[in-house]
Amino acid sequence: MTAPSTHTTKPATGIPALLKTGFINAVIALVLFSLMVGIRTEAGSEGQLTYWTRFGELASLVAAVFGGSIVIELLRQWIGPTGAEKLVPPAVQSGMSFVGRYLAPALLIFTLLVPVIFYNQRYILDLAILVLTYVMLGWGLNVVVGLAGLLDLGYVAFYAVGAYSYALLATNFGWSFWICLPLAGILAAFWGVLLGFPVLRLRGDYLAIVTLAFGEIIRLVLINWQTLTGGPNGVSGIPRPTLFGIPLNNSDEGLAAKLGIEYSPTHRIVFLFYLILALALLTNWVTIRLRRLPIGRAWEALREDEVACRALGINTTTTKLTAFATGAMFGGFAGAFFATRQGFISPESFTFQESALVLAIVVLGGMGSQLGVALAALSMIGGFELFRGLETYRMLVFGWAMVLIMIWRPRGLVGHRAPTVYLKKAQAISSDLVKEGHG
Amino acid sequence: MSGERILDVDQLTMRFGGIVAVQDLSFAAERRKITALIGPNGAGKTTVFNCITGFYKPTGGAIRLTHDDGREIALERLNDFRIAKQAKVARTFQNIRLFPGMTVLENLMVAQHNMLMRASGFTLLGLVGVPAYRDAEKRAIDLATDWLKRVSLLDRADDAAGNLAYGDQRRLEIARAMCTEPALLCLDEPAAGLNARESAALSELLLSIRNELGTSILLIEHDMSVVMEISDHIVVMDHGVKIAQGTPREVRDDPKVIAAYLGADEEEAMAVMESGS
Ligand SMILES: Nc1ncnc2c1ncn2[C@@H]1O[C@H](COP(=O)(O)OP(=O)(O)OP(=O)(O)O)[C@@H](O)[C@H]1O
Ligand SMILES: [Mg+2]
Repeated sequence: MTAPSTHTTKPATGIPALLKTGFINAVIALVLFSLMVGIRTEAGSEGQLTYWTRFGELASLVAAVFGGSIVIELLRQWIGPTGAEKLVPPAVQSGMSFVGRYLAPALLIFTLLVPVIFYNQRYILDLAILVLTYVMLGWGLNVVVGLAGLLDLGYVAFYAVGAYSYALLATNFGWSFWICLPLAGILAAFWGVLLGFPVLRLRGDYLAIVTLAFGEIIRLVLINWQTLTGGPNGVSGIPRPTLFGIPLNNSDEGLAAKLGIEYSPTHRIVFLFYLILALALLTNWVTIRLRRLPIGRAWEALREDEVACRALGINTTTTKLTAFATGAMFGGFAGAFFATRQGFISPESFTFQESALVLAIVVLGGMGSQLGVALAALSMIGGFELFRGLETYRMLVFGWAMVLIMIWRPRGLVGHRAPTVYLKKAQAISSDLVKEGHG
Repeated sequence: MSGERILDVDQLTMRFGGIVAVQDLSFAAERRKITALIGPNGAGKTTVFNCITGFYKPTGGAIRLTHDDGREIALERLNDFRIAKQAKVARTFQNIRLFPGMTVLENLMVAQHNMLMRASGFTLLGLVGVPAYRDAEKRAIDLATDWLKRVSLLDRADDAAGNLAYGDQRRLEIARAMCTEPALLCLDEPAAGLNARESAALSELLLSIRNELGTSILLIEHDMSVVMEISDHIVVMDHGVKIAQGTPREVRDDPKVIAAYLGADEEEAMAVMESGS
């Protein structure tokens, strides 16, 4: 009767439960795909509607969903969060923490050297700039989602505000990039506060939906306010950045001519690379510092327990607003960079997909972790390029990779939180204890 | 009641739709004293706390807090965080509410948010790392360390609060409330779930807070050994109304109180008592 009850408290793992999960998912797939795949319609030769059925394909899709959901369920149970951590022996874990300590500096040094190593590979440089842009966006959104625990699905709005601020100020008034950059950040932060006010009372799903709507509103305003934004045609001829007034072009005033070296278009790419690297590192530095200041601790406390915050006399309204504004400001900086790099922007660059991608980076990175977000941006944007050869299957493979990673590490790549202050020894806090916030 | 009052609750009423959780409740808490609020489950004690600390807006009545310097604050007009910040009322929760993913020390640093915010020039000075802020942070750590010693959690300072044992979490929550340097400390069932040894330590801690720091304490507690040992004054509630008040001795012998706790009516309780003595 009193048999030792060792780890036998698993969720229902029986075959009936598995079959039930698989069956429910298969039914959902059947409903979804019956019209999308099962029936194919086309305009016939005389313009009439012709259609034919593809039940074979439909059946194989449904079967794949059925089998796939059972496999995922099994994976979840075998190498799930509880299993995975126990499977890793302590020696390997301490080895991993050793890697963790030196990974960030090593990555930084490597990043600094990228333009030197890959000087002649334009494709890699462009990709690196793209990755760094997303690292910066990820770090910016991390303030809102990772630290303050406010789920923001409309982050792209601030990216757009920053980009259009620079584009319009530069094309209309001819202001230089270095004046417009802080302005773009301030304007984005201002919009962050404007968004913050109405959503402060909302939590969780409601907050997510309202921020999502806000992102769409900004995009629709950009499309429809033709006189200011140029509507769907966007803004073109945005000035390229200059090195404190010295343009990076092939003219006599250009940097190459001044330095007396031969002009190469790569100069500008390298300059853009270091520009976004500097902006990203600024974001990182400010965030790390803010975390150790009372405001940063209040953000994290807000994520942990809002009621307790209020009982301690913390004004949760202004605390949330500052988180929104700070995140938005970094988004605005990144937007200004995007505009100067592209030379042309249109509302198409600021769709919900961008918000979702940046949010995915933050979640995959491990909410709140700076290193994790950087790694996630690298693997998401870089991985996306890696799979380019797979063409149509790219999204599928990519989606699978995401699902597998989230099964393996449900709390993200870096699954622990570093304390902001300590008496004797800073100990990493397991992510099981860290709350995700509820909006 | 003769001493100087810190808290006056006057005709407090709280309704939730049809439910009257608290009705016309009046009582006072004296400065540098421990006032206990007791009563059976569902009597409305936590609701009174939520009204005092601003988490609920009372349906009716007044709650007045008098500071040392004679300044009077009408708590029913203030927001929850202002009550903690300006009126200096700190509280703990019946279901512990720590920041589980932050360390013990960080929990105590968050409690000193307003002081540190001012010292950091509302973040701007702190961002550039002015010495004044670093001093303030050091003082905050010292205060936290001091409280960790008092609640004997110093060696757990760098552990996650969520990893502490239940009794330790209760003490940490009290330390966190005290780090806001309150004038009035409201504790909602601090002894719940503690064993006898931990309860005794808690009694000692609360007495030292009253005696050494002169903080007034308002205490909700079901553990009668704690209540009877440390309270200066006891208010008994049942079904949202006050049924008795007085010193521990007076309350203990009050038939109405016994009836409320036994769930029996007054005559029966009298009978029980008489047969007992
Ligand atoms: N937010 C609320 N909405 C509706 N009813 C509430 C609310 N809060 C409390 N009540 C009701 O008010 C009454 C008193 O509850 P309260 O929590 O104050 O009791 P208590 O004395 O603290 O009891 P316990 O000893 O169990 O903690 C209960 O009937 C409860 O259901
Ligand atoms: Mg209660």
